[in-house]
Formats: sequence, structure tokens, C-alpha cells
Amino acid sequence: MLLSLLFICLLAAGLLAKVNDMTEKPISDAKALKLEEAIKNVVPPFDNNPVNESYKVATEKGDSLIVYPAKKGDDVVGFAVNSYSDDGFAGNIQVMVGFDTQDNVVNYAVLAHAETPGLGSQMVDWFKPQVQELSLIEKIFGFEIKKTETKSSIIGKSPGTTNFSVSKDGGDIDAISASTITSRAFLEAVNKAYAAYTQSENYTSTGATIVPEEDATEIKE
Amino acid sequence: MEYIGIIIVAIFVNNVVLAQFLGICPFLGVSKKVDTAIGMSAAVTFVLTIATIVTFLLQKGLLEPFGLQYLQTITFILVIASLVQMVEIVIKKVSPPLYQALGVFLPLITTNCVILGVAILVIQKDFTLLSSVVYAVATAAGYALALIIFSTIREQLALTKVPKAMQGVPIALITAGILAMAFMGFSGIEQVF
Amino acid sequence: MTKNIRILINGVVKDNPVFVLLLGMCPTLATTSSAINGMSMGLATMFVLVCSNLVIASLKNFIPDLVRIPAFIVIIATFVTIVEMVMNAYLPALADSLGIFIPLIVVNCIVLGRAEAFAAKNTVLSSLFDGVGIGLGFTLALTLLGVVREFMGSGRMFSVSFFPEDFGVTLFILAPGAFIALGYLVAIFNKLQRK
Repeated sequence: MLLSLLFICLLAAGLLAKVNDMTEKPISDAKALKLEEAIKNVVPPFDNNPVNESYKVATEKGDSLIVYPAKKGDDVVGFAVNSYSDDGFAGNIQVMVGFDTQDNVVNYAVLAHAETPGLGSQMVDWFKPQVQELSLIEKIFGFEIKKTETKSSIIGKSPGTTNFSVSKDGGDIDAISASTITSRAFLEAVNKAYAAYTQSENYTSTGATIVPEEDATEIKE
Repeated sequence: MEYIGIIIVAIFVNNVVLAQFLGICPFLGVSKKVDTAIGMSAAVTFVLTIATIVTFLLQKGLLEPFGLQYLQTITFILVIASLVQMVEIVIKKVSPPLYQALGVFLPLITTNCVILGVAILVIQKDFTLLSSVVYAVATAAGYALALIIFSTIREQLALTKVPKAMQGVPIALITAGILAMAFMGFSGIEQVF
Repeated sequence: MTKNIRILINGVVKDNPVFVLLLGMCPTLATTSSAINGMSMGLATMFVLVCSNLVIASLKNFIPDLVRIPAFIVIIATFVTIVEMVMNAYLPALADSLGIFIPLIVVNCIVLGRAEAFAAKNTVLSSLFDGVGIGLGFTLALTLLGVVREFMGSGRMFSVSFFPEDFGVTLFILAPGAFIALGYLVAIFNKLQRK
């Protein structure tokens, strides 16, 4: 009796070991691909391998963030920073934030989060410029319903010149409606990414070599 | 302080039943009377705490060192199933009155997803053993709170006139929805602590 | 054959796991914030259900009665783990959004319930039809609930926008909306069945 149960268990374990072997590589490939896609989406076009050239930058809090430099030829064209916040509504939020060499946010991608679907999860697109997507009834009846205007986009702005905090806290960015906590956490992660990479030694050296003279003064301000 | 945060979130903000949707079947099944609701809550608290400790130790002591994480689901569910059996036998021997109170609920607990859910969640959240235990107890308290409130409402509901198609589960689900709405009011309360 | 077809139809309508048997409520409520998520969860459960039904029906003579339940659990858990690994490998985004509810298929009462109540007593072929029927009933129920919640909540259906999102009732995407929408769907199903 116990023997047959043992036999079933062994069979199950063997089968799972086999499937695990088969899927191990696709799983790690899928993860690597996700990271590469995220980097590709948030920085200007590059031709190096940012993952191989990535380095860690210590933050004020004592941990470190990973910075992925994007280069075209020998010139640095931008940085992708893998940043996070632990103050999301449901804990940890992982984001990839891309900066160009003028410190402006090129784009961002949310890598992992557990925010409420329909509320906090809107951060995936909320902080990008609004797209006017026509719904089916608007297409059929040929009218357009004006959407509420928000100044929520962080794309093309720099945390150095724009106050990246929610308007409720005196900042320049509109929070997701009914999800202020998520919005705060998200912006915290973006600011953290900015602080980490501007304070890294690598920033001053690479930044100085590629930033044109007139822009360099602007950044100092 | 960290633990207070975990407790508040697990009981009120991310209530297992009303926000995370774990353990709905017994939530609907045994909530017709307050007595049974209390019995079920006690049994869940008991098994959840022990199961979380055992599965946590098993994960850190056996599965991770040998790289067998892919056996997690199968090991955890077997451990929980045998644990429930063992608890049943031990309680029967040691404390017959307790067995009288919890006995009927114990077999139902194996397929209660709260137990397996919490066991997997504490591993995913990378908790330490102590925070795992705190989380398990707080989750069980949240479960008890939701279940007992819900059963008191259902006792009242049994006395009211409800449209025929709505009787039983439909009206219970809608009540649970309104209860979940009330619990949403706790959102963000953990930021105070 | 007609008997098998009847088993299949019973699984979808008369014994619908969600609307009639009221089993497997956790994934039903948790993963239906959009139609596509609900449908994927239903299909994953259906896969496990069909496989475990098949294996259990063909092994039923070799499994001693006393260790029946643990043996069933092992078989079910094996297929659940396979689904989990395959999803992580080839559909990582979907695996992320279903999250913990994939391993929790193990404790879905429908799967163990059908193993115990049907597969352990019937032929392999009937068990296959039962698995497909119940699985289909579960998938349809989850998809329907997903469609209702997504449509009411954000004006979309399978990600196609029907009316502007601003007019959606966000509540339907949140936890309370899941309970309320399912409550009304069960009531409607009750009403239709009674006729």
C-alpha cells in the first residue's frame, strides 16, 4: 500500500525533474529577454550590450542600484537604472528608468509590482504622455469625448529641474486618481534612480565627455 | 515596528478573504452560524501557524540547499495534508473537548487555500521565520475577523425576505462585496505606523 | 458516445462548477479583473483537470483505497507544477498576472472533487469527457465574469475599448466588484435554470 504511494511520488518527482530541466533555460531566457526589452524601451537606440557593462551604484540608504549604460559606438547615449520602492500600496515596486545625457527621462518600464489592478496598476502607463485612444462607441457614432487633462507625464522631464513628487505634496506631477500611495512610491523610485546615477563617479566622467559645452552649464544649475 | 505594520496590513488592509480572495469556499460554506464560524477560525489559526513554520523550515532546510524548488507545490501540499491528519490525531488524544470543537473542521482545512497560499506567500515575500509566523497569525486573525463579521450578518440575513433567485449564495456574495468595500476604507492606514 | 456527450454538456450547464456547484471560488474571484486573465486561469485549470482525470482513471485499479487521497494530491500537484513551469517559460507576463493562483490550483476543490467523485469510479474515456466538460464550464464562467468586470470597470472587452475609461465603474475591477458581479451572475443563472 505504502509502496504504491511511494512509487507514485517517485514517478511524480522524476517527471517534474525532467520538465524542470526542459523549462529551466526558457525561463532564464524569458527573464533575460524581459530585462533587455525593458532597457531597449527606456533609452535611446544603442548598439552595445548594456547588461554586460552594467555596474552598481550605492544609494544613500546603503543599498545599491544597477545602472545599465547605453552606448552608440563609443558615445554614451543614455542610462537605464533599475530602481525600486518598498512603499507601494502592496509593497515592492521595481522600475527601469531611462535617462538621456541631458538628464531627461526618456521612458520607463515597470518591471514588477503587486499594486491593485485597475488602480495602482495604472502606473504602467499613467506617467507617460496621454494617448487619445478612441473607443468603439466614439468610432461608431463619430463623436469624441474629451478626456480629463492631467499633467502626469514624466517623459522628457528631468528630476533636476522638475519637482518629481505628486501635486498633493507640492510637486509637479499629478498622481493617479485614488492611488496617491502608489504614485508617491513610483516617483520615489524614479528620484532614487536619478540620484543614484548622478552621484555615481561614472556619471561625471562620462557625462563630461559627451555633453556639449552649452548644455553642460545648463546641467550645473 | 515592522511587525506592527505586517499585522495591520494582514488583518485590515490586505484581508485574506476580502482583498486577497483566499479561503472563499469555507468563507461561504461555514458562515451560516456564528458558532461554526468561530470553530473554523480557531482551526485555521491553529493549522496555519504550524503549517507556516513547518513549510518555511522545509523550504530553507531541504528544498533550497538541494535546488529542489520546483518540488515546492507538491511538498507543501503533502506536508499540509499530513499535518492536518496529525493535528487531528494529537488533539483527539490530548484534548477531547478541543477535538469536539474543532474536529469537523480539520478535514476541510487541507483544501483551504489560505494555508497553502500563506505558506507560498511568505517564501515569495522573502520573510524571516519570525515575520512569517507574525504574518501567519495576523492573516489568521484577519480571516477570523472577516468570517465572524460575515456570519453575524448572515444570521440576520436568514430572517429577511430575499427575492427567490437571490436566496442563499448570491445574496451572501453581494453582502461579502459590501463588506469588502467597508474594508477598503482601511487602505493606507499602515502608512500611519 | 451520447452518454459521453451528455457528461460534457452536464459539466458546462447542469453541473457548472462556478454557478451551480459553487466550487473553486478563490481563483474565480481573484483572477477575473480582465476577461483574458479569467480565460487563461480557466484554461490552466482545465488542463490540470483533464490530465489528472485521465491519469487517475487509468491508475484507479493500482491505487489502494487507503492512500487514495494522498495519491490523487500528488498527481494533481505534479500537473500543476508542470503548468506553472511551462507558463513561466513561455508566457511570463501571464504567469505574473495570475501569480500565486497558479500553484493554488492544487487546492481547487473542483480538481480533487472530480478526481474523487468521477475519475475514481469511471472509465478513462468518460473521465476525459468529464474533465473537458467541467473544465469548459469553469473556463466559460471565469471568462464571463472577467468580461462583465472588465466591461463595467473600464469599458473594455478583451482589451478592446467600447466606451471611454472615464465612464467605467472602477469598483468592478476591485475586490468588492468581484463579489457583487459574481453574486448577480449566480442569481441570474439560478433564475434561468429554474425555468
